[in-house]
Amino acid sequence: MNYDIAPPQASTFAPKVDALFYVISALTAFFTIVVFALVLYFAVKYRKGSKADRSNIVHDSHKIELAWSLPPLVLGLGIFAWGAQVFIEMRTMPKDAIEIFVIGKQWMWHVQHPNGVRENNEIHVPLGKKVKLTMISQDVIHAVYIPAFRAQYQVIPGRYTSLWFEPTKEGKYPLFCNMYCGTQHSEMGGYVYVVKPDEYAQFLERGGDKKKPGAPTSLVERGKELYTKLNCMGCHELNDNVRGPSLHGIAGQKRKLVKGELVTADDDYLRESIIRPEAKIVNGYENTMPQDYKGQLTEEQIRELLEYIKSLTGKSASVTPTPNEGMNP
Amino acid sequence: MSATVVTPGEAVQAPEPESSSVNYLNVSHTLRSWLLTGDHKRIAVLYLISVSFFFFLGSIAASLVRIELMSPNGLMMESETYNKMFSAHGIIMIFFFLIPSIPAIFGNFLIPIMIGARDLAFPRLNLASWYMYMVAGVLVLTSFLMGGVESGWTFYTPYSSLTTSQVTLCLIGLFIMGFSSIATGLNFIVTIHKMRAPGMTWDRLPLFVWAHYATSIIIILGTPVVAITLLLVVMERLFDIGVFNPANGGDPVLFQHMFWFYSHPAVYIMVLPGMGVISEVISNFSQKRTFGYHMIAYSSLAIALLGFLVWGHHMFVAGQSMYQGVVFSLLSFVLAVPSAIKVFNWTATIYKGQVRLQTPMVYALGFLGLFLIGGLTGLYLACLATDVHLTATYFIVAHFHYVMVGGAMVAFLGALHYWWPKMFGRMYPDSWGKMSALLVFVGFNLTFFPQFVMGYMGMPRRYHYYYFAPEFQPYHIASTLGSSVLAVGLILPALYLTWSLKYGKKVGPNPWNARGLEWETASPPIPTNFEEIPIVEREAYDFDHGPIDDTWDEESPVRAHEVKR
Repeated sequence: MNYDIAPPQASTFAPKVDALFYVISALTAFFTIVVFALVLYFAVKYRKGSKADRSNIVHDSHKIELAWSLPPLVLGLGIFAWGAQVFIEMRTMPKDAIEIFVIGKQWMWHVQHPNGVRENNEIHVPLGKKVKLTMISQDVIHAVYIPAFRAQYQVIPGRYTSLWFEPTKEGKYPLFCNMYCGTQHSEMGGYVYVVKPDEYAQFLERGGDKKKPGAPTSLVERGKELYTKLNCMGCHELNDNVRGPSLHGIAGQKRKLVKGELVTADDDYLRESIIRPEAKIVNGYENTMPQDYKGQLTEEQIRELLEYIKSLTGKSASVTPTPNEGMNP
Repeated sequence: MSATVVTPGEAVQAPEPESSSVNYLNVSHTLRSWLLTGDHKRIAVLYLISVSFFFFLGSIAASLVRIELMSPNGLMMESETYNKMFSAHGIIMIFFFLIPSIPAIFGNFLIPIMIGARDLAFPRLNLASWYMYMVAGVLVLTSFLMGGVESGWTFYTPYSSLTTSQVTLCLIGLFIMGFSSIATGLNFIVTIHKMRAPGMTWDRLPLFVWAHYATSIIIILGTPVVAITLLLVVMERLFDIGVFNPANGGDPVLFQHMFWFYSHPAVYIMVLPGMGVISEVISNFSQKRTFGYHMIAYSSLAIALLGFLVWGHHMFVAGQSMYQGVVFSLLSFVLAVPSAIKVFNWTATIYKGQVRLQTPMVYALGFLGLFLIGGLTGLYLACLATDVHLTATYFIVAHFHYVMVGGAMVAFLGALHYWWPKMFGRMYPDSWGKMSALLVFVGFNLTFFPQFVMGYMGMPRRYHYYYFAPEFQPYHIASTLGSSVLAVGLILPALYLTWSLKYGKKVGPNPWNARGLEWETASPPIPTNFEEIPIVEREAYDFDHGPIDDTWDEESPVRAHEVKR
């Protein structure tokens, strides 16, 4: 490390954030040095009793006030626009990213790759590919922070948040929890491993580094098992029926609630409908969910269910001739 | 007069013209006369003693935290103890030092004198606010002694709703502390509106008073919000209602919105009074009217109002919508301008002045240097993309210490050294004062500058161990060593100021040749501040008309203020 002043640049964001950082640093250094040097120079030059010229003292001038207010304002707005542009890129999730699920809990990180490989406190990611982390907390607020990627976002209980990055340099980089979360907060961390895409593929294939015997089952498969075990299809059939709406093709649809409100069936909606079904009742139904699933399901299991539900795109035309039986606007 | 609450009206009836040796300190001596006083000056002294005590406790906690961080594996504490220690440091320093320090001590002491009044509008409320401060302090310290608070000074939910430490008791203490603040703010606003001496127009108010007026607006608008928020956390802990805890259907991010709606403006509660102090010191030690008096006054109001619109910049990575982030970032950049205006105006005030580098001025110059860095590093955090990387790292720790310690605390020390002879009638040795000011400046930079670098490297705040990133250790060691210099710079004033109470040289009404009504009354002031209510006929900082001091000539045209008999 050689006492670097910045962490390694290991994502596409890193050089962009660093460029901004160095420009603001230059402005900060310039203004600090110039103003403070002037202050000290004046304090010495105009020390009491010195012979410096003190004629034509001005006490008030709108022109001078304007002259020194506008340049900082313009520079500030420039920095704002630049920073906002990079931020919007950071916060706009790419459609073609590999999605990795991260669950934070006191005090460790659970990581699940799409094919079901799990890791704890470590995330393997492929070099040069866009990776999106979909994150949720099982208890208090945490934050995923990977300094080398200049990437950070809070991991909040009760709702999904996300961040994305594209690694540009192989290596092992620290991963920190950066939202104070209790006694062992400072030990809730680990490493991100950036590996070549083919190594990542091998990693997934062999079931991770700390694999259990047997091939990994994907999130969708595990979700399907749960779906069966919990007997979800007892009510949620291929088509809407009196007991419950169909879940086929539901992901991303607009749903009309009892009060007439329209909501999008995104991950947060689906998750809430499983553990707090009373919160958003779809128009035409009553809350007849048979059990309180809140205490029964871990965030991992909820995630698996969501992945399975989202895979149910097929009201395959061959089976149902009339999809979306009027439930969706 | 001594044993009961003194109201200003009574005192006016019985002035004691020849008793220049009677002052607010020696007018009575019983403990009862202090604990039941209605005199704003005595209440200020009560605050000075209690705030200093809390500052001492907060500093001890800070020192222990810094020593602990010298090793990536810790030196002497368990993680739980470490977490309680930094929580105690933050809670004490924010709520019991920074927020009340300048307003409750110097605002209390000086606002009535500066505007030519005999006391604040509500002397009993003023005393009550000190008692609320003390009750709050006792409750909070009790919560520390009964097991401690592990949630940090920010009390983020749902952690603070779930943690088993003494959060409830601590929050009830802070709730009461909020009312102490509100009472003081209300008192200042009413006093400044209604009790100015004849001729003391808004355009003639000292900038210190303007700054406190702006501060008081923030206090009475913002504090109720945080009080409600903290109370909701208490309700959630006691009765399991689901406001913030998602397990009960609450929204944890809502807490962050409500908390920062107060706590960002609270930054200005801490720093605006300090800016008021700096305006006074720079003008008086440059012997020159402040450049851009109106701009400095109005920029305080601009900061107070704009300060309420930027809370979301604490939440760029906290599940707030991207568009909200963009708006809050823009407003934060706009808010930087009024602060910049103040700094430029202070610089222009020194230009062509008659600068005397005595202790208060050395502190003021130190303030300028540190506040420049503190303010400008705010730009990294107002800027969205850099904030994503920097938020909750040591960069932020360094930034807010530059503003809070380099700004507010250095201004507090400047105020202490500037008005000390006025408050106690005796002068401390100037050379010791200057030396401690330099030590504070150097020690402060040695402590906190390495934290900027460490923060950009990615060191998270509130970390006890950092063994899986040991490359941060050299910066932590540098910071801890620097803090020992800072400690010396803080211990020295405690010693020589205490010494000066007995052995310091006695001073007249105006030892600095300064302008302002407080320098026209005795040092220490008489119990009623003025024998006659002064009539103000000149602008603030009117150095064009020569000095006024205790030897001014009745016939001379060079008086800044006329005292009508």
